[in-house]
Amino acid sequence: MTADPAPGVAASPARLMAVWCPDWPVVAGAAAEGLTVQVPAAVVSANRVVTCSATARAHGVRRGQRRREAQGRCPELAVLADDPDRDARAFEPVAVAVEALAPGVEVVRPGLVAVPAYGPVRYFGSEPAVAERIVDMVAAQAAAECQIGIADGLFPATLAAHRGLLVPPGGSGDFLATLGIGELHQPGAGADRSALVDLLHRLGLRSLGAFAALSVDDVASRFGPEGVRAHRLARGLDERPLARRRPPADLTVTRTLDPPVDRVDAAAFASREPAEQLHAALAARGLACIRLGVRACTEAGEELYRVWRCAEPLTPSGIADRVRWQLDGWLTSRGARPGSADASTLPAGLGADGSTLQAGLGGITLLHLIPEEVIGGQALQRGLWGESGEEDERAGRALVRVQGMLGPDSVFTGVPGGGRGPADRIRLVPWGDDPTPARPAVDPRLGAELPWPGRLPTPSPSRVPTTPLPADVLDNAGRIVGVSGRGVLSAVPYRVAMDGRPPRRVLSWAGPWPIEERWWEPGGGRRCVRLQAVLDAEPGRTGEPLAVLLGCETGRWQVEGIYE
Amino acid sequence: MAGVSVASALRERLDIPGGRPPFSVAGPLAPLLPGGGLRRGSVVAVRGSTALLLALLAAATVQGYWAAVVGLADIGVLAAAEAGVVLHRLALIPRPGTDPAPAVAALLDGVGLVALAGADRITDRARRSLVARARQRGAVLLPLGPWPGADVELRCRTEAWHGPEAGAGRLRSREVQVHATGRGAAARPRTARLLLPGPGGAVAQVPAGPPRAIKAVG
Repeated sequence: MTADPAPGVAASPARLMAVWCPDWPVVAGAAAEGLTVQVPAAVVSANRVVTCSATARAHGVRRGQRRREAQGRCPELAVLADDPDRDARAFEPVAVAVEALAPGVEVVRPGLVAVPAYGPVRYFGSEPAVAERIVDMVAAQAAAECQIGIADGLFPATLAAHRGLLVPPGGSGDFLATLGIGELHQPGAGADRSALVDLLHRLGLRSLGAFAALSVDDVASRFGPEGVRAHRLARGLDERPLARRRPPADLTVTRTLDPPVDRVDAAAFASREPAEQLHAALAARGLACIRLGVRACTEAGEELYRVWRCAEPLTPSGIADRVRWQLDGWLTSRGARPGSADASTLPAGLGADGSTLQAGLGGITLLHLIPEEVIGGQALQRGLWGESGEEDERAGRALVRVQGMLGPDSVFTGVPGGGRGPADRIRLVPWGDDPTPARPAVDPRLGAELPWPGRLPTPSPSRVPTTPLPADVLDNAGRIVGVSGRGVLSAVPYRVAMDGRPPRRVLSWAGPWPIEERWWEPGGGRRCVRLQAVLDAEPGRTGEPLAVLLGCETGRWQVEGIYE
Repeated sequence: MAGVSVASALRERLDIPGGRPPFSVAGPLAPLLPGGGLRRGSVVAVRGSTALLLALLAAATVQGYWAAVVGLADIGVLAAAEAGVVLHRLALIPRPGTDPAPAVAALLDGVGLVALAGADRITDRARRSLVARARQRGAVLLPLGPWPGADVELRCRTEAWHGPEAGAGRLRSREVQVHATGRGAAARPRTARLLLPGPGGAVAQVPAGPPRAIKAVG
């Protein structure tokens, strides 16, 4: 009962070679700090270990541990800050070293490069020969340790690189089938699939092979698009079908940088605006970029080019980050290029922000951003509220600006929830916060509406005073109408005086509706009755009838809502 | 005769800054407005009813446009939802400070429909700049209350409430008369009798049968 893929989708992905530097953030961080390999080190973000070196691992440090726990197991542990910029900057020499032997390098993320395997394998004769040469080259030029994996498609190649395996052509499915289901979730590799992995594990699908054996239809109906993507990976296919579109040629964004950019901080600034322009141009055509080419020309006339590949469609800040990382990498590493005297060590001054470009190359004068591969923009149709169209973005910017003027607690959106009164059923959430209702109106598991007995039916009052207005409900003798313990009025309401105004005749009324809430909580209960009344104009004036919602709690009447 | 537009209505529709169509409104409200919707760049003053304001915002938010309500701390958000407003596209700025003009100006840049209470606190000068901004951005400003020089002014008058009868029943619908006056294309006064809110909370046509008038109860 193997899955039967639709015709045309079955074409196996191109043979790729993945060059993986284990624990790259630690390697880059340790190099920046000048630590040797023997010192146990770990990169810590938000008080949790993100990555640790092999030495630290030998001491019992693990990913996900608290910093204190890690230091408890290994007191001499060097704790490094999490800094993607540093990682990306330090990775450029590795990409250069791989590129020296194999053309068409794509940086997947700092620490992982993918190269089409076909060409270099033909040139050097065999896959093991290529792997050996690349490992040697990276060690010699970038002073970094790396492992090679070759397989069909990026995902199997990455997993093969983790194990240092060369999977035979066509054998990716068998290779993946033996691996644990946990491999679907790769920390730091874009999509967070930890929840899916956990669920599959509990469902008894312990290996990728068991998951791949399910039919696509079943996976789609049970796990949705995210599950289908994971399923494609488990079957050894590319994450998305090969229906990618070639971008129109005119989408390349070009910027002349004058004065030439020769500092890292200037590169950060220069990358932002073209990134937004590229994203807007793509979005206008309903496209999003998943492979981004960055081309730069230097004052010395050298042309630099690098491709970044991403699992998720790139957002404007994602594009800007990659451009900045790439420019940083070029600016800081070019001085230690192959052939220079200190080629065997990592470039000096790694991580030193603002370090200038080495002499002889000059600054970057021209920048091109090239969308190498694009997909339909539907993949991007999920923003803050589940969609991110142009209108939503414009409105979001305007609301943030108002928040900048008036403070964060000035802009709200209303979130409907459960409750009985008009004020209880709405929670005002400051713009940008998580829009969860105060009390659920809908059962999250069943999707059915929860019962709120005593809830006021539609229509709801169009004005709900933030603090209820005091009111007097009077009978025809001018006495205040009371409510008995059983929720019965002592007399028929005849006049209502609101907020100290002269009393108005009651034209018609409905109720009373008693409400008892949370009577089981000591001291937290609430008993009240609600009454709707249509009031005539104030005496001696011409006016319109006005409908109000009155509430009586502990013998005192108040206006809870006005139907205006 | 639905779908057939007379030449004057067509001309109104073509007379649009930037050529963009007006924001659509709920069907029963369309005859009150020149062009059958909220013309971009115009000022539509709403007087006498918050429910009418909410009903005007509803259709545009359903179509993906955003609305903001400034200075109305006691707005009934639930009534807005019942009127058909998509709540997650309705931004509320209940306390815009002593001068709401800067916040309104910022909102006009990004939000299609900006409703504003307390417009009397805005100086004439700021008022003119807001109108110019709305016209430039193709947004609609909806002051709740008087606004000198508004393109359209909608006055709402409650005729009767239907539903409650001496303790029985409940509020169900309200019959109102909406009177539209204005300048230019809206100079010809128009009047409509509507149910606001109608039985489901949204604005509705008055049913053809004789309305059950509400009697005074002794």
